[in-house]
Amino acid sequence: MQSGKIVVENLYKVFGDKPQDAMRLLKSGESKEAVFAKTGQVVGVNNVSFSVDEGEIFVLMGLSGSGKSSLIRLINRLMDPTDGRILLDGQDITRMSQSELVALRRRDMSMVFQSFALMPHRSVLDNAAFGLEIAGMGRKEREARAMKVLEQVGLAPFARKSPHELSGGMQQRVGLVRALAVNPSLMLMDEAFSALDPLKRAEMQDILLDLQRGQSRTIFFVSHDLEEALRIGTRIAIMEGGRLVQVGTPQEIIENPADDYVRDFFKSVDTSRYLQAKDLIDPGAAGLVVNGHPANHAELDKHSWVACVSKDHKLLGLVGREMLRSEGCVPSERCVPISPVAPASCLPDVLQRLLGQTEPLPVTDGEGRYLGVITATSVLTKLSAHRLQSAVH
Amino acid sequence: MSDFWQRLISNPHDFLPIGEWVNNFIHFLLDNNAGAFDAFGRAVDLFAESIEVALLSLPPWLIMGFFAALGVWRLGWRFAGFVLAAFALIFGTGFWPQTVATLALTLSATLISLLVGIPTGIWCARSKRVNTLVRPVLDFMQTMPAFVYLIPAAMFFGLGRVPGILATVVFAVPPAVRLTSLGIRQVNKEQVEAGHAFGCTPTQLLFKVQLPIALPAIMAGVNQTIMMALSMVIIASMVGAGGLGNDVLSSIQRLDVGLGFESGLAVVLLAIILDRLTESFGRGPAARQGQAQ
Repeated sequence: MQSGKIVVENLYKVFGDKPQDAMRLLKSGESKEAVFAKTGQVVGVNNVSFSVDEGEIFVLMGLSGSGKSSLIRLINRLMDPTDGRILLDGQDITRMSQSELVALRRRDMSMVFQSFALMPHRSVLDNAAFGLEIAGMGRKEREARAMKVLEQVGLAPFARKSPHELSGGMQQRVGLVRALAVNPSLMLMDEAFSALDPLKRAEMQDILLDLQRGQSRTIFFVSHDLEEALRIGTRIAIMEGGRLVQVGTPQEIIENPADDYVRDFFKSVDTSRYLQAKDLIDPGAAGLVVNGHPANHAELDKHSWVACVSKDHKLLGLVGREMLRSEGCVPSERCVPISPVAPASCLPDVLQRLLGQTEPLPVTDGEGRYLGVITATSVLTKLSAHRLQSAVH
Repeated sequence: MSDFWQRLISNPHDFLPIGEWVNNFIHFLLDNNAGAFDAFGRAVDLFAESIEVALLSLPPWLIMGFFAALGVWRLGWRFAGFVLAAFALIFGTGFWPQTVATLALTLSATLISLLVGIPTGIWCARSKRVNTLVRPVLDFMQTMPAFVYLIPAAMFFGLGRVPGILATVVFAVPPAVRLTSLGIRQVNKEQVEAGHAFGCTPTQLLFKVQLPIALPAIMAGVNQTIMMALSMVIIASMVGAGGLGNDVLSSIQRLDVGLGFESGLAVVLLAIILDRLTESFGRGPAARQGQAQ
């Protein structure tokens, strides 16, 4: 059995009055469209399996109608699945009774909504304390706890106001506080920032990342905004027509999109911002000298710079080609020491370093081992290739 | 055969005597459940009478002051001034006791209507089947000419306050049911989901999410119920319910336009006061806020 905070196995959701007919067809391999044509049943979620690790921000992406809103509602059973299992901390929530479910929702999970879904008749503080009140906590204690979280997001001065007196961004902060106040181990966020303007959205993402720092809370975030997913996601899952198309880290998905649907998502996004130093290395830009002796004499002439590394491939420094030709071998004190960059450095940082020096920029891994160099030419080449690739697809 | 068609065409009512069936049904009820009707009627009478006695025992200035204070609180000084002027006019024309009696009748009919209507509305909002069943009944209750209820009501409960109040309840219940049900159905889907997502039990969902959010709609229903009750209570004077209706009725019988105008004016003024006050409770927090600024 897979482990993880949430494990979803072969999950199906069929909308309609004869879901079992649809299930029979789906299991015999019929497509969602064929099922609709034959039975009139709408397949919302079609054989989805994945797992979410504890402490990660798992972003579920897809266009509207892809089934992502259904999937998030299956996880806290606002909807009942037609078939399949959902394990939360190893417990199968699809078999829980209503009262077990109520206890679980009060203890372990909370939700943030696209339309904020605040209660207009309650003050900001009472909204923030809603979950605690439902769980039966006394007034003093729940107000103190809600107030503490309101302070964290800077809303304490507005505690006595009505939600409608607040701006959209502030209202959603109240929504976030309401979800956090119950201190859940799993927070579900359904297009939580989609109704906000881009500036407010970025601000809320920062707040969320801030609040998440040092926490082991798991966040399941549904979004249709790729920039958002890339910004906050530990891992991203992409859904299309009720099926899961791809699951992976932002890097994996950018570098290796599973199909055209996934690639289409990137069309409007400048993914070059997400290029990292390791993607920009030019293998032919510098020669290599190991422990003072050139690795390949014939190739040395082609490069104007040579990287010197120790026996165990630790970077010592760079050296000009002229120097090498005159002496044949390099004593380590002749190397020009240049501080290297990490493989995960992002493009803007790399560009800044390159602009400040004439030498190429070496890349080393965490233990100081040499991986290659980046030159202005290699960056430009990579970028233009990247643009071309996006344009073709 | 042709004989049959001739009879059908010349006198179709012989073949579909709905009226006769209803008469038979009413008589059946009367013959078999007289005791139950009596007990029920006595309970309603006791309830209505205690309200009327209580209101009539209060000095006029206290009632006037109470409504004026409500007016200041909900709508401001200008409306309070109007309330006092209106009551002074009613008092001056000598219709004060009848107006208080009408107010008491309206109040008891409204309370009974809400007691029946709001739970029914909640039930309708929760169950589609109940809703489809109740809707045509409500249509029937609202569109059947109001006088028609007076006949069976008087047959069951005799003349007096009780048939008047019960006929009024039949007439005034529908808006309470409809607007309660509508208000609950109109609660945003995500707000209901939020209730569920934070672990509400069905009872908590109703009292902490659905009813509070539906309150403006429910209050609009209360307002409509009061207005319908007031208009019906006047008509109910035909079965001896009393109040201002008696004066209106005698003005018709005596063709006394002046008396009709005076008593009618008292009804209108009472209606305006009740309408504006209850309407102000139906506004959402946003509207109230806007007014305060």
